[in-house]
Amino acid sequence: MTKLIRPSRRRFLHGTALAGAALATPTFFTRGAWAQDFCNNPTGSTVTLGFNVPQTGPYAEEGKDELRAFELAVQHLNGEGDGGMMATFKPSNLTGNGVLGKKVEFVTGDTQTKSDAARASARRMIEKDKVIMVSGGSSSGVAVAVQSLCQEMGVVFMAGLTHSNDTTGKDKRRYGFRHFFNAYQSGVALGSVLAEAYGKDRRAYHLTADYTWGWTQEESIKNATEAQGWETAQAVRTPLGAGDFSQYLTPVLNSGADVLILNHYGGDMVNSLTQAVQFGMRDKQVNGKQFEIVVPLYSELMAEGAGENVKGIFGTSNWSWQLDNDGSKAFAKSFGQAYGRPPSQAAHTCYVQTLLYANAVETAGTFAPPEVIKALEGFEFDGMGNGPTLYRAEDHQCFKDVLVVKGNDNPTSQFDLLSVYKVVGRDEVTYDPSIFGGELGPYDGGTCAG
Amino acid sequence: MDRAHTSSEPDTATDTGKPQSVFHRTSGDVPTQLPPLGPEMAPMWPPKRDLAMTLLFGIVVYTMPLWLQPFGAAYPDLMQRFAIYGIFAIGFNILFGLTGYLSFGHAAFLGVGSYTAVWSFKLLSLNVIPAIVCSTLMAGVFAVLIGYVSLRRSGIYFSILTLAFAQMCYNLAYSVLTPITNGETGLRVLSDDPRVVDSLFGTADMAVPRASIFGIEMAGMAGFWTCATCLMIAFIVALRITRSPFGMMLRGIKSNQTRMSYIGFNTRPYMLTAFVISGMYAGLAGGLLAVVDPLAGAERMQWTASGEVVLMTILGGAGTLIGPFIGAVIIKYFENIFSSLGDSALMDAFSFIPPAIEKWVVFAVSPFVGEGWHLTLGVLFMIVVIFLPGGLIEGFRRIGRLFRKGR
Amino acid sequence: MDAILLQILNGLDKGGAYALIALGLTLTFGTLGVVNFAHGALFMLGAFCVVGVQQLLTLAERVRDPSITFFEAYIEQPYLVSWFGDTGAMIIDWVIPISLLLAIPIMLLVGIVMERGLIRFFYKRPHAEQILVTFGLAIVLAEIIKGWFGANPIPVQPPEIVRGSADIAAWFGLDANLSYPWWRLIYLAASLLIIASVFAFLNLTTYGMVVRAGMADRETVQLLGINIQRRFTIVFGLAAVVAGLAGALYTGIQPPNYNIGMEFLVLSFVVVVVGGMGSLPGAVAAGFLLGMLQSFASLNEVKSLLPGIDQVIIYLVAVVVLLTRPRGLMGRKGVMEA
Repeated sequence: MTKLIRPSRRRFLHGTALAGAALATPTFFTRGAWAQDFCNNPTGSTVTLGFNVPQTGPYAEEGKDELRAFELAVQHLNGEGDGGMMATFKPSNLTGNGVLGKKVEFVTGDTQTKSDAARASARRMIEKDKVIMVSGGSSSGVAVAVQSLCQEMGVVFMAGLTHSNDTTGKDKRRYGFRHFFNAYQSGVALGSVLAEAYGKDRRAYHLTADYTWGWTQEESIKNATEAQGWETAQAVRTPLGAGDFSQYLTPVLNSGADVLILNHYGGDMVNSLTQAVQFGMRDKQVNGKQFEIVVPLYSELMAEGAGENVKGIFGTSNWSWQLDNDGSKAFAKSFGQAYGRPPSQAAHTCYVQTLLYANAVETAGTFAPPEVIKALEGFEFDGMGNGPTLYRAEDHQCFKDVLVVKGNDNPTSQFDLLSVYKVVGRDEVTYDPSIFGGELGPYDGGTCAG
Repeated sequence: MDRAHTSSEPDTATDTGKPQSVFHRTSGDVPTQLPPLGPEMAPMWPPKRDLAMTLLFGIVVYTMPLWLQPFGAAYPDLMQRFAIYGIFAIGFNILFGLTGYLSFGHAAFLGVGSYTAVWSFKLLSLNVIPAIVCSTLMAGVFAVLIGYVSLRRSGIYFSILTLAFAQMCYNLAYSVLTPITNGETGLRVLSDDPRVVDSLFGTADMAVPRASIFGIEMAGMAGFWTCATCLMIAFIVALRITRSPFGMMLRGIKSNQTRMSYIGFNTRPYMLTAFVISGMYAGLAGGLLAVVDPLAGAERMQWTASGEVVLMTILGGAGTLIGPFIGAVIIKYFENIFSSLGDSALMDAFSFIPPAIEKWVVFAVSPFVGEGWHLTLGVLFMIVVIFLPGGLIEGFRRIGRLFRKGR
Repeated sequence: MDAILLQILNGLDKGGAYALIALGLTLTFGTLGVVNFAHGALFMLGAFCVVGVQQLLTLAERVRDPSITFFEAYIEQPYLVSWFGDTGAMIIDWVIPISLLLAIPIMLLVGIVMERGLIRFFYKRPHAEQILVTFGLAIVLAEIIKGWFGANPIPVQPPEIVRGSADIAAWFGLDANLSYPWWRLIYLAASLLIIASVFAFLNLTTYGMVVRAGMADRETVQLLGINIQRRFTIVFGLAAVVAGLAGALYTGIQPPNYNIGMEFLVLSFVVVVVGGMGSLPGAVAAGFLLGMLQSFASLNEVKSLLPGIDQVIIYLVAVVVLLTRPRGLMGRKGVMEA
């Protein structure tokens, strides 16, 4: 990936305009060049973004953290606060003066972590509040549902936390973009680490949340561990939100498996992990080996919920505030100063998505979604905390390093629950987009009549 | 029972004055109260009044885009929801309000309707009409099956049976039936679906498939007009049912089922008919949900969704014609508008107050909006039921009575 | 064989939890005739008694965290530990047992206030209105808890010495792989104990017998000159205590969040109805029956035969029981039928 940004007429125009040093001019030029009617074209002095996060239900705390990050991002875009990653993000066309000279405002909505409610709330933002972009969310089902809605209505969707392969796989959409990593990448990153730490002769027992995200993760982890020589003893589906997992845990003890893989997220993960530890699984010896538990997708907030039980347990993460790079430090600092706690990976992804969108608009020189999408597709950037990152044009998935994290044995503070065990390079987790199929769809065709 | 029985003074918006006991109780404190038979059984509502009520309702529904403007609710998605959940609640009321049988599984029919409509879009045509017809019929089939079994029991046992069926539908739709329902993500219309009928006419090729009715796409206001029209039809049908001898029969069952059987009526077929009609209403509502937004998710069938329609009906006023619609509007309004208010919106709203006081007002109000919208809803439920036992309709009736007294 | 024994144990354990949750509900719902949708909220309040006590015990002075340099972060050092050292740490470790003792008076008070302040006005109102008002109350209580404690689950640990699992096979000198978490065994024992005490109270004390008489025929008992209202208040308080204890004990199994009550609400209604309205033994029996069946339906062998059975077994059993036994397992005639 040598080319940073595809040279284009649009970019060229923008560049020359900047050279002209008149900030208003490029808007004038570009607006003239691409003046067309599109959904919620902002005409006043402000532009509105829609942040659709879970405010009620099991992920409410994560939604709250996402909202904090969005607020911060909007402040930074408007040139308030210390600017956070605005300073480290490159190549950046952000001005700190709103987007295309318009002050950024935002509205919020409650997804309730239900596809229906999330779509209703997204439609409210688009139809009533006239938002130009929708972002946020904390579940793959919601992300896929809102993403296809945004395609239908012609509004760009910058996904929040969504980990299913489907979001940028078989359900990918032209108008949807995902910064977060996916189950496939988790599998690849985790596979080698697990083989290193626990050996190649292991029998894994999967407990999987019985819905699409769980299945894609189970499949990805299975493939990755089996490639390392592991066997899969059994893969058992558990109902979502079961609360008590004991009836699924008891068979594990006599199955001959020596690793338990919990393909759960959120409350399910907190409960299944807590209960697995209560069943004494971490003190057991099976086949002459220490029994181990793995949680492929970690989240800081869930780690807080599981408390001491996460100690020494491997998983993967999109980002951690403890990463030692300029972008991460700048963001953790401004977030910490504003809210008194470090940001979670969900907050990070939402913050970055907002900045990336704003930058794409500045690059395109217009809010017109087809142009913004083209500016995001194939965009290569750095300084957002994950090292050099590519927004791949073929499936709108970000490619960057993946973190393998481990529950901290001796946390120094309540925020120090997870520590970065290994950073798996971007090349290792890059895959061929065709393996998941799917169709991005057209650039045009969405309407939000009404 | 301390409240005055109002059925002798028929109100424009009601058919029976007071909700009856849902279940029978042992302690003997609730006598199975006989409604005064004379006015109940006689066709005491002049058809003129029904006509006036229908017209008024029609005006209210079709002018929603105007009078909802000041409430910030005049955008297509929410108005569609008002109409759709209005249909759902009006249909639920045909069972609960007329017969007193409290179903806790009506969301299953809503879900079935949605899935059927989306499958009709996928397999047959993007035209709305076959989708609505199929979803109503399919929900009817489910209602026959579930109703036939559930109606063998009454009271709380009936409620739990319907709840059990709905929860089974939900759990299976989420997991094992994913090939049919697409699980958590929800069933969607895709551009490469077969759409047999459309492809016959060569109109199947679309980049972004959208439901339509003879070329008019169901985006935005067109969707609302469709839903509003369906709501009007549903309302008129419900009115006809309520006023018909069949409706009288159902109310007879509600006041005393045993007596009905003693006089020689076999109540079961009547109950089943009411159950199926009410299920078909739910199916229609589900189908419309898919029409205006072609995605069917399993959460639609969860018990919370069934509980929601119960709450809508009771909140508005069970047993009344317009009450359930009002309940639906209020709950959906809270879910969509209150949940989106943040502190900055509050600041705007209260900007007419001096800043020093404004801060305190905003501080006092903010727990009830935004992420606290559930709290407002809970408080509203309690206030309404404590002070207005007959639901909001009772409140309007009281105000009406005040005016009448004043005159 | 080991697998079957473990699953039986698991069924008993689940059954104990279900029975305990249903027992409280059946006191108010099955006998007082109040459809109490706030029962789940009482369970949740019990759980948050533990969380509240834990927060009190771990009240801490905030020490600047030196490891975080770029913003002000603090480490919390509980006062109890800094004042009493290991004794303080041990008190914190025993948070659940301590809160259990506190939960009894607190929940009794909550129950009495709830009955006096709200429920008693609804005895004679239609069930639909009882549903609306108690559901409203449940939402309000959950939102208050959410506002105070947040929406995230809060980890609570059972005392150190019962945190692991017990090697049951060794107790009987068997050579089998049979170990089960201590805390779940304690939960089972505690639920049996609580159930037994409620039965003893209602069946062996004069007070309880009058209460039972009042449930069967309120008017006659009142005509005898007994203030049955007050006894019903006490019964409601008792139900709240049972629900609260069930919730408080459950924190050792599942980290509680504000929504935990709603998760159990539907389940507890199903258990009560399957057991039969108005029957306490029925509720307990149904609890154990459903727990056992759910445990076995989750076995892989069963699931591969009937996919999805573990997700619907409870409802399937409810349907079958209600169709074959019209009033549940041990229901009385005429209770909540129409």
